[in-house]
Amino acid sequence: MERLYKAKNRLGLVFFPAFDWAISPTHPEREERLLYTQDQILEEGLKDIEGIEEYRAYLAPDNEVERVHICVPDVRSRVTEAHLVAAGGAIVAGRKVLEGEVDKAFALVRPPGHHAFRIVHGARGFCTINNEAIMIEHLRRHYKIKKVAIVDTDCHHGDGTQDIYWHDKDTLYISIHQDGRTLYPGTGFLEEFGGPNAYGYNLNLPLPPETGEEGFLYALENFVLPVLEDFKPDLIVNSAGQDNHYSDPITNMRFSAQGYARLNDRLNPHIAVLEGGYSIEGALPYVNVGIILALAGLDYSFVREPDYSPEKVSQSPRITDYIARLCEETLQAWQKREELRARHFQGKDRVTRRRRIYYDTEGLMEYQQETTLICEECAGLSWIDSHTDRGSHILAIFIPRDACARCQKEGHALFEQTETTFYRDGIYLQDRVEDVLLKK
Amino acid sequence: MLIGLDMGDTHTDAVLIEGGKVIRHRKSLTDREDPLETIRKALEELLSSCPAEEIQRINLSTTLCTNAVATGQVSPVGLLLEPGPGLNPGLFACGQKNFFLQGYVDHRGKSVFPPNRGEIEEADRELQRAGIKHLAIVGKFSPRNPEHELFIRQCLSPHYEFITLGHRVSGKLNFPRRIYTAYLNSAVYSTYSVFAQAMERFIEEKGWKGPVYVLKADGGTLSLSPSRSLPVETILSGPSASIMGALALTPVVDDALILDIGGTTTDVAFLAEGIPLLEPQGITLGGYPTLVRALLSYPLPIGGDSQIKIEGNRLLIGPLRLGPCRALGGPCPTPTDALIYLNRLELGDKAEAKKAIQELAHHLGLSPEKTATTILREMASFIAEKAWRLLEKINSRPVYTIKELLLPRILKPKKVIAIGGPAFYLQRELEEALGLPVEVPSLAPVANAIGAALSQPTAELTLLADTALGVLTVPEEGLKEKIPSSFTLEQAKERALSLLRQRLSRLAPQSQGAELEVVEAQSFNMVEGFYTIGRNIRVKVQVKPKITPLRGESNGKAI
Repeated sequence: MERLYKAKNRLGLVFFPAFDWAISPTHPEREERLLYTQDQILEEGLKDIEGIEEYRAYLAPDNEVERVHICVPDVRSRVTEAHLVAAGGAIVAGRKVLEGEVDKAFALVRPPGHHAFRIVHGARGFCTINNEAIMIEHLRRHYKIKKVAIVDTDCHHGDGTQDIYWHDKDTLYISIHQDGRTLYPGTGFLEEFGGPNAYGYNLNLPLPPETGEEGFLYALENFVLPVLEDFKPDLIVNSAGQDNHYSDPITNMRFSAQGYARLNDRLNPHIAVLEGGYSIEGALPYVNVGIILALAGLDYSFVREPDYSPEKVSQSPRITDYIARLCEETLQAWQKREELRARHFQGKDRVTRRRRIYYDTEGLMEYQQETTLICEECAGLSWIDSHTDRGSHILAIFIPRDACARCQKEGHALFEQTETTFYRDGIYLQDRVEDVLLKK
Repeated sequence: MLIGLDMGDTHTDAVLIEGGKVIRHRKSLTDREDPLETIRKALEELLSSCPAEEIQRINLSTTLCTNAVATGQVSPVGLLLEPGPGLNPGLFACGQKNFFLQGYVDHRGKSVFPPNRGEIEEADRELQRAGIKHLAIVGKFSPRNPEHELFIRQCLSPHYEFITLGHRVSGKLNFPRRIYTAYLNSAVYSTYSVFAQAMERFIEEKGWKGPVYVLKADGGTLSLSPSRSLPVETILSGPSASIMGALALTPVVDDALILDIGGTTTDVAFLAEGIPLLEPQGITLGGYPTLVRALLSYPLPIGGDSQIKIEGNRLLIGPLRLGPCRALGGPCPTPTDALIYLNRLELGDKAEAKKAIQELAHHLGLSPEKTATTILREMASFIAEKAWRLLEKINSRPVYTIKELLLPRILKPKKVIAIGGPAFYLQRELEEALGLPVEVPSLAPVANAIGAALSQPTAELTLLADTALGVLTVPEEGLKEKIPSSFTLEQAKERALSLLRQRLSRLAPQSQGAELEVVEAQSFNMVEGFYTIGRNIRVKVQVKPKITPLRGESNGKAI
């Protein structure tokens, strides 16, 4: 007589609520954030379900962070232990899947990470380091995986993840978010289509405010899933932000716990990592239970917010039409990515872009000038001249994971030849082939 | 004089302790058909010629409820559940009749949706028609607010013999376990109640003065008459009695490993600075995971009477026990035969033990001597390997604060206490396999009864205060009271301790000396928009676990 309920998919949970860490006492990213989620998980008895296993998070060592980020001046000056545990928690989740201990994993960790860029001068959008990217690069280093798809379902555009994988066509980044004209960070449009060597591998779907359950699921079925079918990733990661929920205090969308569960059921990711979501009482407890059940392959049809009503997740016919057109247009762009790449970059040997990056948490402005070599062999050498309005100035050189001999050689030459006098805070070389970060 | 009795499946052990020493101990066979008679006989023989007024306390550990569940001798139970949203509640419908009622209390204890009187009255009629006399009423998040469960009971007709309310069984959150715990409590109520009454009558007839306590799975006790409303607390108290006994015989202040080596199984338990570890959630009985607080005790399928067979050219010990050892006429060789062969133990027909070992030796192509020592070594290394794996699991349990992650409390046993029949004879092999000193106290075979005799009352209590709602809840006491918005964590701790003191004096009237402690205390700022609206305070208090160690070696005699 076995009373325990058995999961169809073995699911690993890494739950790290950091009950002793907050950005500030009343900040949305505070101790209380996952308190009610923990209550709900405990009360539902999810950890008693056979096949659901909880694992302890650990502190990611600095070199795991440096594989993805250049923190100025160094890792320890920019991050707290909480950030390292959140990244470490994601790594544990990913390892459990690739070790075959579980079929899927969900890292319920905080603080989030998808607004963290390659260069880190501080915190932005509650994020300092990018948990998913640190996890993915760890997994790439230790296991045989090549193609990874990140589907970011946070309501905010994951501009940090976009930046990190901008030049990497082995990592497809798809973000579904509230239109940047109406929400932080203000980016995430179709034109942001990837760097010259990975053009088309960065896909943004900016949904209009008041998008309902129907709209999200339409985008999933008619845009995300067809693209994934084309791309054929070895690994699918869901950046599982939960702020599209109808009760979220800082966004304007109309998604529900049922919707999130269905999305994960259909998307069927290997790993989900919690991102944002600040309706900590009305949404997170139910959304997280829904995602856990869906990932474990269990019945989630009884998961529902106590105040749920169909009106709360409905959308206007105008929005329905708009989303259908948006999906169609983006899908077409994906399908024509090679043609578009040729049109944009033929005959060029390098591309330069300038941008300003605002760190809202500390009110800091960064100015970047990025140059990337166009390369048919690899993701291409890139270097960024970065200075801030606080007077910090660095040069960051990036030799990609799969760098060809030329890009590798040129990267090192640039590092050797550039004079430090001009860059008061140093010259950094992130050499992904050698897996080291050099600084002078 | 303190009396301890542990009724196990096979044996019933009883001890009499005076002045910190075991004066008498007695082992008899358990009559599973008549547990009451087994206890009566054991006590009568143990206490013959003892002056009745000198008995200070009688502590009993029984398998009554455990066996009632195992053999299905339980009352039909009607389940009234208020599941709200979440997991499919049909999964937990373990009653003879199950009702899924409207209404919902959320994680903060807010009544989001009220229960429906008409629906409850309809269920009531159906339960009446079915002749069901025992109910369990369980709502989701009822420890956060017991009002819905109370309302449901109030809507029912008064014809039921016994009703368990979910919030009374534990302050812990876990709806499925709460359902199973409440269900079991109602299911064994009648059986237990009859036993408790008969026990009370028997003690009274004998004129014994000491109060009677029953053992719980958490290594503590509960006074006999209040135990009638919480019979589920008395399940699986045997392994805990043994752990407490080991502690009484060998007081420890360090981390340690306890092995209780029996005939069929070896139970593994751990001490953290001398205090036994608890099951994180609660004990599992008959496939039902519960919220019953219990000492962590992990059974390994190996013991003195485990079947030994050869597969290929490998020795396999366990997991089955087919009977006693060959020396005692059993069907197959066991580790006990190896002990007899090596002259460590005198028992039964030595020639038969020798024959058993020689047969195995022949198959393995080893000398009988080597075969016997290999058996013991394999047994010890099996135990060691499993114990360390268990320890690793305990040490890698998830933690939820950065402080705990940076400064983890790592359990590192410095010694081993081994009890149970074969423990003494295996000491050498265990030390070798575990790489730690192994102590086998001299009264190891009756450690369980000694543990029973010396265990003290335990109780715990959970307090939740929500200063934004202005409410304080103590589920185990069914208490809900108003608090001011200025209520602090310190006040919450004080209130919890004073309520626990009251609870303890009700559950165990002679326990004034007990020490209480705060085991968990958290306070979270609750923020709405960007303003702090109050604090969510969570406090857990308990009676500090303790056992009176025996004074020196015993001069007691077996009877």
